[in-house]
Amino acid sequence: MTKTDVTRRGVIRSGAVAGAGLAVPTIFTAQSAAAFTNEPTGGTVTLGFNVPQTGPYADEGADELRAYELAVEHLNGGGDGGMLNTFSSKALQGNGILGKKVEYVTGDTQTKSDAARASAKSMIEKDGAIMITGGSSSGVAVAVQALCQEAGVIFMAGLTHSNDTTGKDKKANGFRHFFNSYMSGAALAPILAANYGKDRRAYHLTADYNWGYTTEEAVRTSTEAMGWETVNAVKTPLTQTDFSSYIAPVLQSGADVLVLNHYGGNMVNSLTNAVQFGLRDKQVNGKNFEIVVPLYSRLMAKGAGANVKGIYGSTNWHWTLQDEGSKAFVKSFGTKYGFPPSQAAHTCYVQALLYADAVTRANSFNPCAVAEALEGFQFDGMGNGPTLYRAADHQCFKDVLVVKGKENPTSEFDLLEIVEITPVGQVTYDPSIFGGNLGTCNPGA
Amino acid sequence: MEAIILQILNGLDKGSAYALIALGLTLIFGTLGVVNFAHGALFMIGAFCAVTLSRILTLSHTVIDDTKTDFLGQPLKVEVPYVYDMFGQATGEAIIDWAVPLSLLFAIPVMVGLGVLMERGLIKHFYKRPHADQILVTFGLAIVLQEIIKYFYGANPIPTPAPDAFRGSFDFGAALGFDPNLIIYPYWRIIYFAFATVVIGGVFAFLQFTTFGMVVRAGMADRETVQLLGINIDRRFTLMFGLAAAVAGLAGVMYTPINSPNYHMGMDFLVLSFVVVVVGGMGSLPGAVLAGFLLGILESFASMGVVLNILPGINQIIIYLVAIVILLTRPRGLMGRKGVMED
Amino acid sequence: MFGLTKKDTGLLIVVAILTLLAPFILNPFPEGSAMAQFNAGYPDLMQRFVIFGIFAIGFNILFGLTGYLSFGHAAFLGVGSYAAIWMMKLLTMNVLPAIIISVLVAGLFSLAVGWISLRRSGIYFSILTLAFAQMSYALAYSVLTPITGGETGLQPKVDDPRILDAALAEGATPKANIFGLQMGQSFDLQLGGWLFTFNAGYYLAAVVMLLAFYLSIRIFRSPFGMMLRAVKSNQQRLNYTGLNPKPYTLAAFVISGMYAGLAGGLLVAMDTQVGPERMFWTASGEVVLMTILGGAATLIGPVLGAGLIKYMENILSKINKDVLHQWFAFLPDGLEDFIVAIVYPFVGKGWHLTLGLIFMAVVIFLPGGLVEAGQRIARLFRRKTQDKTTPAKTEPAE
Repeated sequence: MTKTDVTRRGVIRSGAVAGAGLAVPTIFTAQSAAAFTNEPTGGTVTLGFNVPQTGPYADEGADELRAYELAVEHLNGGGDGGMLNTFSSKALQGNGILGKKVEYVTGDTQTKSDAARASAKSMIEKDGAIMITGGSSSGVAVAVQALCQEAGVIFMAGLTHSNDTTGKDKKANGFRHFFNSYMSGAALAPILAANYGKDRRAYHLTADYNWGYTTEEAVRTSTEAMGWETVNAVKTPLTQTDFSSYIAPVLQSGADVLVLNHYGGNMVNSLTNAVQFGLRDKQVNGKNFEIVVPLYSRLMAKGAGANVKGIYGSTNWHWTLQDEGSKAFVKSFGTKYGFPPSQAAHTCYVQALLYADAVTRANSFNPCAVAEALEGFQFDGMGNGPTLYRAADHQCFKDVLVVKGKENPTSEFDLLEIVEITPVGQVTYDPSIFGGNLGTCNPGA
Repeated sequence: MEAIILQILNGLDKGSAYALIALGLTLIFGTLGVVNFAHGALFMIGAFCAVTLSRILTLSHTVIDDTKTDFLGQPLKVEVPYVYDMFGQATGEAIIDWAVPLSLLFAIPVMVGLGVLMERGLIKHFYKRPHADQILVTFGLAIVLQEIIKYFYGANPIPTPAPDAFRGSFDFGAALGFDPNLIIYPYWRIIYFAFATVVIGGVFAFLQFTTFGMVVRAGMADRETVQLLGINIDRRFTLMFGLAAAVAGLAGVMYTPINSPNYHMGMDFLVLSFVVVVVGGMGSLPGAVLAGFLLGILESFASMGVVLNILPGINQIIIYLVAIVILLTRPRGLMGRKGVMED
Repeated sequence: MFGLTKKDTGLLIVVAILTLLAPFILNPFPEGSAMAQFNAGYPDLMQRFVIFGIFAIGFNILFGLTGYLSFGHAAFLGVGSYAAIWMMKLLTMNVLPAIIISVLVAGLFSLAVGWISLRRSGIYFSILTLAFAQMSYALAYSVLTPITGGETGLQPKVDDPRILDAALAEGATPKANIFGLQMGQSFDLQLGGWLFTFNAGYYLAAVVMLLAFYLSIRIFRSPFGMMLRAVKSNQQRLNYTGLNPKPYTLAAFVISGMYAGLAGGLLVAMDTQVGPERMFWTASGEVVLMTILGGAATLIGPVLGAGLIKYMENILSKINKDVLHQWFAFLPDGLEDFIVAIVYPFVGKGWHLTLGLIFMAVVIFLPGGLVEAGQRIARLFRRKTQDKTTPAKTEPAE
């Protein structure tokens, strides 16, 4: 009998074929065979797609899952290849990953860190997943990332916008393609100043948890640097559904801009309430009253309906982008499912491809080799222009989109219009400002 | 001063939503003695009655518009609702615009039917069972109803705006002689408050002034004696369940323009409405209404910036804190009756 | 044996055998077969089975015996977890101090909550406990972020002080252990196509659960347990006999709170992470459901209920459309699609629906919970064997 840190189902699953023929009980020794957790030895490799399938973000999770299925199809050589054709790295051949057919398992994070970890653990312990990806909140991303670090597999974060994921809670085995609060603030501020002027008085409503704090701080710092004044910042409970008592006092404060640091259901409700109060029809300090939503998501914009019209925000990606990569992705996604992908779908698709590419370039599934291949990797053709996976914090640096709710949408998907593509230089920051310790990569064994 | 007036307005509005749901819950507790964890789900179903009606009204056939293209470069398909064909575009648009108020008519039969069905088909068999069993079965039912809605409508919130005529807000401040823009309140919320008052008043009048209501009240107080008098109290209680479901459903319909409905909105309200009912006192209808408004107003005050600066986080816990204080000072809530669900 | 009656000893031994052999029992299907999807014998899920079993056993000591329905028990589990993770951050990664402190802290917290809440009974008591738990959740998520880590929770970090531990080797991650034996360590045993995993953490949790179970039997059978039952059946009569029930119920409340804290501490020991959702009211509701589903006031019921709910959550939710297509691949295409379309809404993202239906079915058809199902089956067998034996006995007489 041998001691193992984490079970190595990948080895054993393929070994089972051989073992099945033996009549005598054998005790499998894994130590000599495996160099790292869940090393795939058969003809297949298993990826774990851990997305919210129940709870408020279930639709976002469903879209992520669609993107993953599409990515698996493309990696295995099916479909039209999507972004494989536009991706600057040509390592992927459409023959799986390193010749192994890509298989996947799915799980439900429920947008709760406990459930997400249980689901990820079952993928690692039971199904032999070599990489975990997905998710739709920073709490879940941080929790699962820490788990993957411990277990010795790679974590490719899905939609997570908090600075913490690659800031104070960063881990050597975790990687994030999505942008973060800091970048939102840095990209938004100049556009806001250009459109609304430099002498604005802002009122912040902030979701009372980590992501809300970092977003408020980012937007505050960058708008104040432009000359805005922050009149007040009020924290709202996560479980709040009716924001009327927070929105009603806004006008009395003499503010002329309302910043809603909310996401998901909170954002849909607070924005709907704010528009209901007629804030946008008011004149304060001789200026039109404006509302800003730092992080936009098309799916959530849909929930808020006509209320998003004319409201500025930032987003990681939008399907109306006209570069080759985006067009290829929208085409294959749209052909397969009949509607355009969301930004969550995009980031998940790209993460899956980036992982596969890194494995191929490293010529190994070993998490440490994969991490090395991703660190400092520069690529293009994935929809956000030239992008860098920064080695110091495992955060992608790329252009950020500033968008605005469209006045005359032509369909239920056409809700946002791109106002500006903020160049990457403007949103880059020093990795040390958020603290944290990357540690060293853990291959498990 | 303005801030306080504003928060009282807010509290009344919030409180009216709490009071409506709590009223329905108490009707069921009081009459049938059943802990109904599916009550939040009924509220949610009501909201989705509005969504469904607006979906039905916007049922469309597609017309291909060759002049425009969709995101894949194919000719754009334009959806034309059937109501446009039937009533012409202008009337059709007006009908769709008024979908939420129209849903009230649609929701009443649906909710009463659902309530009666629930009572006859399921709840009836649980009158004599322990409260724990009632909780388990109604909680199971709530999950099932919720998942059915999720299956058909997805998990995302669905915008269901109020008619155009009620958008924007009314300037109370200007009307009262303050500076304009200081005390504004959305028209639809004012309507919600008025609607809640009418429904609550209606339920009380019904129970107070009709023979039916009197029998039900007598049944609430002493079911056995009423039965001994040869009155079929069960049938009336079934109808009361239907009424309670309708109250919850209508509250849901009217709530849709305030917050876009989603499939788990019932669960969000469930815990809160239980707190409201218990703070009001088990089995007391006026207690439920009073507690609804009281908690609504206190919640609004707790969310004021001035208060939050002194006691950070108070807005997170105010409802529960008040519940604890009230239950410790008044053993049966504000107006509870002795012996109701105390064991 | 152990001061138990013969019947209780039998039950304890059966439970002990089942828990210790769980890696075999829960993995009935060979690896790689289509049915392997239903295998539950991997460390994480086995750990959760026993830990939530402890949580439910403890809850049942309060609810099953006294009838007081607490709707805020998750708060004690959460507080226990936070205490445990802080021990791991400050003292040592050895799980023993963490578990002990989590029980103590949860005990103190439940003493405070119980002392206040037990002034009321019935639903007023339930709402009081719910209120305390919701406040704990809301504060842990927001203003207490410096202590609780807020949304992202707490995990041991490389640069935590950990004053009792030797410094970590360069590049090593802190891992929960008991005197050097890591919780994540497993022995893999392969027999033919079957794979069985014996995990150190699981066995630690299993032994703790057996102790907890034994203690709960002793409580159920003790004079103290009788007193608690008296509280449930008629508190007034108890008052008239000159006994004050309050100390007894408070003791039951604190004991069950400590059980919850123990479960919380073990959760952290197995999986070193805490998030505030652990204290949300749905988590409190879950333990209520586990207990009723299994059979309230029975010894083994809560454990069964906990097992069923955790099994659904972890196994059913992972069945996706692809898996279904693999299962039904032997059918003709049209039929395959049809069956997949019928089954799909109940698994994967629809697992909540199945859960709801099971709740309803159990409570409608099995008023005593899963335990009643077991009793009915047992009765069925007994009757059959009796049918066989009775004629045999009577024959000679004829």
